Amino acid sequence: MLRTGRFLFGAATVLFLLAPLIAILPLAFTSSSMLTYPITQLSGRWFEELATADAWRRSIVNSLIIGGGTTLLATVLGTLAALALRRRIAFHSALRTLFLLPMVVPAVVLGIGLQILLARLGLANTYLAVIIAHTVVAVPFVLVSMSASLDGIDPRLERAAASLGASPARVFLLVTMPLAMPGILSGAALAFATSLDEVVLTLFVAGPNQLTLARQMFASIRENISPAIVAAAFLFIVGTVLIGGLLAAVRQKALRTSATP
Amino acid sequence: MIRFWQRAGHAALVLPLVLFLGLFFVWPLLTVLEQAVSDPVVSRHLPATTAASATWDRKSVPSAEMQQAFVRDLRAIDDDQTLGDLVRRLNSAQPGFRTLMKKTVTAARDSDGPLDLAEVDARWRETAFWRAIAEATNPYTDRNLLAAIDLQRDPSGAIATMAEGESANRTILLRTFLVASTVTLATCLIGLPYAMLVASSVGWRRQLLLAAVLLPLWTSLLVRTTAWYILLQDQGLINSTLSALHLIAHPLPLLFNRTGVIIAMTHVLLPFMVLPIYSVLIAIPKNLVPAAASLGAGPIRAFVYIMLPLTLRGIASGALLVFMAALGYYITPALIGGPKDQMISSVIAFYATGSANWGMAGALGIVLLAATLVLYGIYGRLSAANTARA
Repeated sequence: MLRTGRFLFGAATVLFLLAPLIAILPLAFTSSSMLTYPITQLSGRWFEELATADAWRRSIVNSLIIGGGTTLLATVLGTLAALALRRRIAFHSALRTLFLLPMVVPAVVLGIGLQILLARLGLANTYLAVIIAHTVVAVPFVLVSMSASLDGIDPRLERAAASLGASPARVFLLVTMPLAMPGILSGAALAFATSLDEVVLTLFVAGPNQLTLARQMFASIRENISPAIVAAAFLFIVGTVLIGGLLAAVRQKALRTSATP
Repeated sequence: MIRFWQRAGHAALVLPLVLFLGLFFVWPLLTVLEQAVSDPVVSRHLPATTAASATWDRKSVPSAEMQQAFVRDLRAIDDDQTLGDLVRRLNSAQPGFRTLMKKTVTAARDSDGPLDLAEVDARWRETAFWRAIAEATNPYTDRNLLAAIDLQRDPSGAIATMAEGESANRTILLRTFLVASTVTLATCLIGLPYAMLVASSVGWRRQLLLAAVLLPLWTSLLVRTTAWYILLQDQGLINSTLSALHLIAHPLPLLFNRTGVIIAMTHVLLPFMVLPIYSVLIAIPKNLVPAAASLGAGPIRAFVYIMLPLTLRGIASGALLVFMAALGYYITPALIGGPKDQMISSVIAFYATGSANWGMAGALGIVLLAATLVLYGIYGRLSAANTARA
């Protein structure tokens, strides 16, 4: 009796968590312009629409440009800061709190402030403005991922390299960075994913020429919903799975190399 | 000496991010605060009046000098945009300014030299209008912050509640808290037993149950919201399944109302409840419940007296995380909810982009920011205490 109840509850919750994601995916391949089941005929017309319709195509290109810029900026800033936070520097915990704070501050509030400030700095309606805004919220993810990775590095390896005459820069390039690579890569992937999914800040800082895929999806759901949105969502999910798989592979490889001396 | 430079070198690595976040994170938030409390329209566009009003006693009708300073200021304004800002600001403090200013500006522009304002309009003999101007000359104001919680200053300067129906901010704040609390409760009711189930299962079952929590967490928030939008439609999968089973005759209204918002937000935020509880649960020794049972406690008693107190920290962390995230939610209510389900973030976005009322947007933003930071502070203390215990 208790076992059946447990099983039913577990199954129902798993269904609640996963079913919405799985249930919509087939709709990306519908030939109808309605987002309803049953699907009478399969077709790739909505993916074609993404690739050919100007608004969608431009938004995908914009997302890649902005995502790439954010990944680069957030990874560099986050990696440097994570390296510094490894040591006991002054204001250690205060700095850590500051760096993680963008994760919790409501996006709408930050968006308003950024819109006003970036306009004052003459950056309104530029790619740089959107990249900056996305980097602010992506940096915490890089930092967390990097810190976890750096914590796992045995400091004796670096000391050994230094005792053999390597300069600090050489130690970093030849010892620390290769060991921290999984952390850097997963941080970069998280930064890209954050940028890809960011809507609210984009709403405030992007001009009409910087609309991203997420922003375009948000607008189409509000204005004219069509299966093209599900096709875009399909791309999102496939992208997430690909990046996740890639990261898992990198981590596996790192584990294997560290296991075999 | 070398150690000092090494330390300085490490600290220097942190500088780029400190500068970046100082410039593009802290400064924007301070800008929001500045928007909320600044009120520069009158002091900027009526500089002579502002200077003259400093010596005015605010009881008698202002001196001829102050009146003529006001006329000079009005003549100096040459674009309608500025005039519109000015009239809007003054009219919000004292109704009647719209017509009064129109008349006065026309009279001021049609003549030069001193102008008898009392001749133009008898209302300039009243101190109420002059007092409104004098009060608006202060470049800082608490009007917006007070209005954000439906308060205002009455003519004597005391803080008073706004009349019913004048502002809906308190309703929206209450609604935001209500929705966030409902979602927190729902995630707790599902998340606690689920986390216990995950912690008590082993092998592939545990992996599957954990994956079911992590997979949605990694999926885009927008995609998850889109999914619910499609599922909750009148012809969506939920309604069509229910009517195919002949359980309902008409589609249940699930989209653009509170039910839909709660369902979608519960789905989106459930992982933030499950994971903290789970991490506390797996640290609890497995033999406690059997020990309680061996001493005669039934399963319910063992749960209430043993498991629940030990799990409480995890529940509190999860609840704070969910509540904090729910307070500031924008996308899900904006897409799934109707006009009566919009939370504080939507209202802030409306003030900012819809009506360009940056003062109100800033003030409500500060209220939301303050609530979030307080909750984050509590969460930080709680998790610090957790690590100290572990």
